[in-house]
Amino acid sequence: MLVYIIRRLLMLIPILLLVSFIAFFVIELPPGDWVTTYVSQLRASGIELSSQEAQRLSQLYGLDQPSYIRYFKWIEGIVLRGDFGWSFQWGKPVGEVIAERLPITLTISLLALVFSWLVAIPIGIYSATHQYSLVDYLATFIGFIGLATPGFLLAMILAWAANQYFGFSALGLYSTEFLDKPWSMAKAIDMLKHLILPLIIIGMASAGSTIRVLRGNLLDELKKQYVVTARAKGLSEMQLLFKYPVRLALNPVFSTIGWLLPAIFAGEVLISIVLSVPSIGPLLLRSTLAQDMYLTGSIVLILSALTIVGSLISDIYLAWADPRIRYGGLSK
Amino acid sequence: MSTHLSERTEGGVTGSTPFIDEAEDRSIGTVDERLEAADERFYYANPWKLIMWRFRRHRLAMISLVVLALLYLGAVFAEFISPYTATWRAEGFQMMPPTKIHVFHEGSLHRPFVYALEKTLDQETFKYVFTEDTSTPYPILFFTQGVEYKMWGQWPMSIHLFGTGEDAPAIMLFGSDELGRDIFSRTIYGSRISLSIGLFGVLISFMIGIAIGGISGYFGGTTDEVIQRMIDVIISIPLIPFWMALSAALPRTWTSTQTFLAITLILAAVTWTGLARVVRGKLLALREEDYALAAQVAGASKARIIFRHLMPGFTSHLIVSVTLAIPVAILGETALSFLGLGIQPPAVSWGVLLKDAQDLVAVAQQPWRLIPAIFVIGTVLLFNFVGDGLRDAADPYSA
Repeated sequence: MLVYIIRRLLMLIPILLLVSFIAFFVIELPPGDWVTTYVSQLRASGIELSSQEAQRLSQLYGLDQPSYIRYFKWIEGIVLRGDFGWSFQWGKPVGEVIAERLPITLTISLLALVFSWLVAIPIGIYSATHQYSLVDYLATFIGFIGLATPGFLLAMILAWAANQYFGFSALGLYSTEFLDKPWSMAKAIDMLKHLILPLIIIGMASAGSTIRVLRGNLLDELKKQYVVTARAKGLSEMQLLFKYPVRLALNPVFSTIGWLLPAIFAGEVLISIVLSVPSIGPLLLRSTLAQDMYLTGSIVLILSALTIVGSLISDIYLAWADPRIRYGGLSK
Repeated sequence: MSTHLSERTEGGVTGSTPFIDEAEDRSIGTVDERLEAADERFYYANPWKLIMWRFRRHRLAMISLVVLALLYLGAVFAEFISPYTATWRAEGFQMMPPTKIHVFHEGSLHRPFVYALEKTLDQETFKYVFTEDTSTPYPILFFTQGVEYKMWGQWPMSIHLFGTGEDAPAIMLFGSDELGRDIFSRTIYGSRISLSIGLFGVLISFMIGIAIGGISGYFGGTTDEVIQRMIDVIISIPLIPFWMALSAALPRTWTSTQTFLAITLILAAVTWTGLARVVRGKLLALREEDYALAAQVAGASKARIIFRHLMPGFTSHLIVSVTLAIPVAILGETALSFLGLGIQPPAVSWGVLLKDAQDLVAVAQQPWRLIPAIFVIGTVLLFNFVGDGLRDAADPYSA
């Protein structure tokens, strides 16, 4: 088991390097750089910057160097000093800018994941054991709608409905009266209220797929011989269900965390933009538009790294739960 | 398909042995005398026919397929089907609610018609309200002359599927936007980009997926390991941020065709991984089969083994994957355009239409601006239903 974990941890290194390379490649793609964007912004507001001035700026930020040198400098800073580079747009180190907002993104994403399981697992089990019942059809239908509705659209409609019918402004993280107040019970409750909508919307999308996976797997398991045997031996339905088939059917649910996490992060980014939650999402949108390259690259990198670590945890869980995977990994 | 045959299908399928027995019998020329005509049809049918039969039994999937075909047909003939063009403006009729279609005029039945609308300013709320002037009915005309357009950007024409003719009030089934443009026409025009971007994007990712998955699955070993790790990395990158970063790289000065192609490529750049995985998994499983070995022993080339012997074994699975990948690409385009990173106006797509409706206040006062959303959700659902039906039908020899 330990060998398996060590092996997987070692494999993280090349993967993370590759991700950093892709992230850097993506931010290098746009023609021009932050200085050209900045110069044209200044020009729009009536200030003309001489080309010497622009060159000096490029030199100052190291933008005149070839991209591979900048890549190595960027990676060196991250690995050796935990320095993600400089955000031109905010005039602060990227690390600081992200640190302010990452906790919100993480809280929302993880809570949404838990929320989706709390909803999806009972529904999935019920609709598999009561196939073609009303609840089964309803769950399938809601699952499909969850899959088909773009989250940002759902966010818009629900935010509007909350405002229309409950007089509750779902935008932002706090109501306006709490904005500059110190932490208190009332403020915490107010924040929780604002979190409900993003949680439901992000959770719904992944709950839809979880219900379908769980239902399909459980249906397959329930057809197997050992279930018939257990039933013939007189095990009660409840005991039988939770002792074996459910445990087996849940495995794929946890093992696909690696695929679910990117979807959840992506959903969080979009929905935060619509609901103007001060998380990574709006930050990313603004930084991509302003070509704030290190900020964009670091966000893509950090979100991807979190996903990879998430799927690593789910793999380790799976290896612990299912010996066949553990030994298969060792024999390689 | 007769119920008798479908019962036989079930029977032949669950007890798979009689099927094989029958096939062997046939090869030595002793077909069971008791077989009825329908049975024979079943046993002699090739796999594609079996898939088609099974798919047809899936009523929801069949209906979805028909509706999808209609939507695509609408996209192809958008200019003809929409009563106006995407940019035509009804002067003075901004933010008009959907036109009501009536069949009763002064208590008697009349062919479908519309009433003229009068715009008045509500003195209390200072909002414009539209009231119907019920004095004259304006019948809806079919194959009527209307706003001029160029069919497929080539031939100048002015005939529309329906309209109200000249000197009659405009018919706006989904209302109009703040510039007085007909949302119905814009939705139909927008379907052209939104529906084709899914199709083209998936077509490209399909080709990349088959090539890379094929290489990975057939050669196995180190090649496979390297490709699989690469796919792991690409899958772990959150889609929307990645798409956002990529599409922010597109120059604003590009023409709409260039942007369209670029967005298609961006969508395909990520979605091929799923297809590559399917191809690889199936190839790995199938190349161990006896018939693959037999082909190899018989001296077939690698390409022949892959394309002639192994590919047919999972083409149906590929079709399912493709069907389920298209809605992902459609949602991607919608999301990007919604953020202002995708298709740029004046080009119209469903995402662009939804971006127009971004303002919550606008949605509250003009809920009809959200109608294009129904098309997005509907299309994605339809593709999922078809995909589900195909999945059930894909393996005609299993239960």
